[in-house]
Amino acid sequence: MNNEYLIEVENLKQYFPIKTGFFKTTPLKAVDGVSFKIKPGETLGLVGESGCGKTTVGRSILRLYEPTDGVVKYNGEIITASNMQEYRKHMQMVFQDPYSSLNPRMTVEDIIGEPLDVHKLYENKAQRREKILSLMELVGLNAEHATRYAHEFSGGQRQRIGIARALAVDPKFIVCDEAVSALDVSIQAQVINMFEDLQQKLGVAYLFIAHDLLVVRHISNRIAVMYLGRIVEVGDADDVYEHPQHPYTESLLSAVPIPDPIQAKENKRIVLSGDVPSPMNMPTGCAFRTRCRYATERCATECPSLLDRGNGHEVACFNR
Amino acid sequence: MESNIENMPKKNIFSAQIDVAKFEKATEEEKRQQDVMSESTTFFKDGMKRLMKNPLAVGSMIFLILIVLVILIAPKVVPYSYSQINTVNGVRDKGAKNMKPFEYSELEQKYMAEGGKVFPHIMGTDEQCRDYFIRVVYGTRVSLSIGLVASVMVLIIGLLYGSISGYFGGRVDLVMMRIVDIIYSLPDLLMVILLSVVLGATITPLIEGTSLAKIGTNLIALFIVYALLYWVGMARLVRGQILTIKSNDYVLAARATGAKSGRIIRKHIIPNCISVIFISTALQVPSAIFTESYLSFLGLGVSAPMPSLGSLANYAREGLVSYPYKLIFPAVVIILIVLSFNLLGDGLRDAFDPKLKK
Ligand SMILES: Nc1ncnc2c1ncn2[C@@H]1O[C@H](COP(=O)(O)OP(=O)(O)O)[C@@H](O)[C@H]1O
Ligand SMILES: [Mg+2]
Repeated sequence: MNNEYLIEVENLKQYFPIKTGFFKTTPLKAVDGVSFKIKPGETLGLVGESGCGKTTVGRSILRLYEPTDGVVKYNGEIITASNMQEYRKHMQMVFQDPYSSLNPRMTVEDIIGEPLDVHKLYENKAQRREKILSLMELVGLNAEHATRYAHEFSGGQRQRIGIARALAVDPKFIVCDEAVSALDVSIQAQVINMFEDLQQKLGVAYLFIAHDLLVVRHISNRIAVMYLGRIVEVGDADDVYEHPQHPYTESLLSAVPIPDPIQAKENKRIVLSGDVPSPMNMPTGCAFRTRCRYATERCATECPSLLDRGNGHEVACFNR
Repeated sequence: MESNIENMPKKNIFSAQIDVAKFEKATEEEKRQQDVMSESTTFFKDGMKRLMKNPLAVGSMIFLILIVLVILIAPKVVPYSYSQINTVNGVRDKGAKNMKPFEYSELEQKYMAEGGKVFPHIMGTDEQCRDYFIRVVYGTRVSLSIGLVASVMVLIIGLLYGSISGYFGGRVDLVMMRIVDIIYSLPDLLMVILLSVVLGATITPLIEGTSLAKIGTNLIALFIVYALLYWVGMARLVRGQILTIKSNDYVLAARATGAKSGRIIRKHIIPNCISVIFISTALQVPSAIFTESYLSFLGLGVSAPMPSLGSLANYAREGLVSYPYKLIFPAVVIILIVLSFNLLGDGLRDAFDPKLKK
């Protein structure tokens, strides 16, 4: 039962049928063959531009969308649509928008208690309340506010409520979909620290999705960089951050503001030319070639696959 | 921390820099006060509070409550019947025809002179010697109950149809909404009149001898017509609401915790759209009363001797020049009821629709 990896995603594909004519539908390849593995208690950061399919990866793993193709394993066992209900106790999600992710007609107590109700994780009302209060304490909420409605809280507090809800079933894996992107910078730091504390206390593994590399570097053990539905680079967080190999990662990193002005001057910003191609009309070969400085003819015909460059640092590029 | 602040260079008087020394660290107590911004109220209390601040809505509510009290109590107090000719001391009073408000017939005057008590005809009498006030009261009763029953029917059909269409989406939704579009595009006045005539003829043999016969075929036809035509607006509203709510992350969160459709509908979708639906039902009532009134006015509404506000107005047309008050009484009641339902509905919407929340 005890596998090396908690979550294994193999060749995950998620195509959305989009109506393009009266009778015609064209698949939108939101996720096109993504594979990665996460060990227990580990954090994998997933970065990429907005629209590259990060959210879709997270939701397909949790079967909020039925994947078009691919396998997701929890502790070595394949998750299917029929046995998913059992795994919902082990895998949870924290959402990006702290406003639309909490039902405005429910009290904090009922929001956090919902997973407990669904899985009947208590014997009586007192036990339910006790569990809810301890969860609130765990995420730094004042237990006196259990009977309040979500709209009475600030963004950071609402996100804590969302985290408490995710923790209610005592999961081993949480997808954090841009969980701090909507928050003020000062509050982002608090919430990220809390995620780290919780990981130490409870041993949960995260798939930490963000578009900000700095945030991800801070919390992740490993980082995966996504571009148009595919992972183009994956490796240890420091490795990817300090020695990026894929041209796309390079440009992403050069866009990160550097606090030191002297160093910032030396660092040349690599500005990407052109727009992101539409996922409904992907370029042949390597999806990034239309914006790549190093693109050759080979890139137009063949699609590079992830190759290990040592130390588990994998890059999908012919030219680096 | 404190020594840090003291070590800061003194602020130049002309500098726009903020003087750090002026800031104090918040105590734990103060931090906690910042935690919660607004006072805790439930959604319902909050809405009621705002509703009570709206004088038009409160006035309408009071008026409607008064109307309901009058139509419940008046038949017990007023000793006349809506369908029978007046009697004075057991004698049919043929002289009490078309009297003005508070006028007494000869027979009544004689009886009063003998020491008998006669209840005044507050709105006079009609050409069949019936007390007009009690007829208006019964007319209001009939019109109001038609309005309520029809609205509830529209609510039930529209709610079921709209929620199925909205919740399941996809092809089901597509087909169901095209049907709605077709019904929506029919000219409703024409359809109502045609259907009432046709249904009136087909229903009569069906209900003969049952308790439904008492209500009258026209009235049943009216309900059916109303239910057949007017639910589409409600269905569209419900579907739109459900689609909006369904796209919220909290529904996704509930699915991620493993909640089933039933629970999601019960706990997430219904509580978030119920107020909008009730408000539009309240706004449906005056429209149903109006439809009934004009159908009765055209002679397609309730069957005699049962009065409704519309049919009373219709009968009043004949003697319009001599007895204009016979038109004025039911017309004013219709206007006031419709107006107050509309004002109340608007007030409810302002108070409970979160999108308009200030
Ligand atoms: N339910 C859906 N139906 C159709 N297209 C979708 C759906 N969800 C996402 N997409 C599309 O898939 C692509 C990836 O979206 P998303 O995963 O949200 O990206 P990210 O989270 O990286 O910003 C986008 O082009 C988006 O328009
Ligand atoms: Mg996203």
